[in-house]
Amino acid sequence: MNINEKLSTLKYNKDKDSHLSVDNNICRKCIKKVCTYICPANVYEWNDNSSSLIIRYENCLECGACKIACEKNNIQWRYPSAGCGVKFKNG
Amino acid sequence: MENKTEVIVIGAGPSGVSAAIVLARAGKKVLLIERADNAGDKNMFGGEIYTKQTLEIFPNFIKEAPIERPLTEQGFFLINNEDSVKFSYKISPEKEADSYSVIRSKWDRWCVQEAQKAGVIFAPKTLVKELIVENDKVIGIQTELEKYYSDIVIIADGVNSLLAKQIGLRKEISDCDVTVNVKEVYKLNKEKIEDRFNIDEKSGYAAKILGGPLKNMFSIGFMFTNKETLTLGVGISLDDLKRLEKKPYELLEEIKKHPSVSNYIKGAEVIEYSSHMIPEGGYNKMPKLYKAGVMVVGDAAMLVNNVHFEGTNLAMLSGKIAAEVATEALNSGDYSEKFLALYDKKLRESIVIKDLITHKDTVSFLKKHIKTITELYPEIACEMFKVVTSASNEPKKIIYRRFFMKLIKSGVIFKSIPLGLFAIRKCLEK
Repeated sequence: MNINEKLSTLKYNKDKDSHLSVDNNICRKCIKKVCTYICPANVYEWNDNSSSLIIRYENCLECGACKIACEKNNIQWRYPSAGCGVKFKNG
Repeated sequence: MENKTEVIVIGAGPSGVSAAIVLARAGKKVLLIERADNAGDKNMFGGEIYTKQTLEIFPNFIKEAPIERPLTEQGFFLINNEDSVKFSYKISPEKEADSYSVIRSKWDRWCVQEAQKAGVIFAPKTLVKELIVENDKVIGIQTELEKYYSDIVIIADGVNSLLAKQIGLRKEISDCDVTVNVKEVYKLNKEKIEDRFNIDEKSGYAAKILGGPLKNMFSIGFMFTNKETLTLGVGISLDDLKRLEKKPYELLEEIKKHPSVSNYIKGAEVIEYSSHMIPEGGYNKMPKLYKAGVMVVGDAAMLVNNVHFEGTNLAMLSGKIAAEVATEALNSGDYSEKFLALYDKKLRESIVIKDLITHKDTVSFLKKHIKTITELYPEIACEMFKVVTSASNEPKKIIYRRFFMKLIKSGVIFKSIPLGLFAIRKCLEK
């Protein structure tokens, strides 16, 4: 079962704005890009063409791991607006 | 003043709801705030609530709450590359189980309903943006929409506690102080669950899984039986995920495929995937717990005993103790930092901080020996059972000798000495 299939089991109420943001100038200097593999929802993907981070914030499970893991301390992390984001039924 | 109450509790998880209900029962005006539409919507855990501490807050829970199963059997799987050793501790069916499996969306909602019955005002779908601080004293909260004021604020906003950080009670959390947990819940009919785990409708099974795909990292797998679902998950220290460049959900997939686990979930549909962090910093990383007008409880205060997998019980206890101190503070009209230091004192007299102190160096010790624990022990355990059970054409003496040489070469005896000494020291130290 791949991550997209896993995420398809979840219910979300999508926030209109992203609750996650980065400064791509800092990301460009980052070698390890830890966020692209430790995130349990595969929210982050590096796009070589645009030289920027794709952030699929609508898939976020709000665990907070990316903010702690980022070696450049470059992830601005807050909760989605009230009532938005993921909704676990069987947590 | 409008929008003013006696106590605001932020977060309707186990610690927050416990604080709120204890305050309401003492006749205090409490506002319980939750950012989700319903309590439990954002919560996920590795799954058990503990009978003793839960009864202190909810004496009626066994009969009335939406519990899944009493966990009457606790299993341990030591898994190697392809084989495994499993054992379990099963209590007598007449005895009260020490813990129960629950589903958080149902359980947390029930707890909040009980709190409402006791007089707590519940405000779901409310996000606290920040605490209002005046003259170094917390006097209220700023939500997305408005300001609310209270004599005391109790912070129960979970592992990420942005609010404890805002007022300087804690610093940034580092990657060695949290585990990332991912789990899946599987739909399986009642009869199949009971057959597969050798349980009946009044009993339940939980397991901890060590080694295999999780070897050489500070990690554990876990499995829980619910009424008509099964939970399987893994928790891995964030620093190890970084070091080994692993994706948590891929480790979960590897555990699922391991022959010691795969048959339990065979043919069962995954109905939900989820993730959550557990604070593992222990006593050394515990934040300051109070300040004028404010106290921190539960995961927000890092109150988790990671060696015994206890969290919800310590959350409930800390919520209860904070509520008792808040009640005294309200009665005396003193919300100063000096008065609320009583919360720290009482928590230190309880098992919450006593146990955290006992294990303040255990995680860093275990991490140093993680290869022995997660790789060597499962391997040697499997090897030993293989010697006992496999009927080959080789003479037993040769098999024994080979096993003995393996014990010597692997250094398992030598490597176990520090672990044994550590355990003895834990028993003897004051």
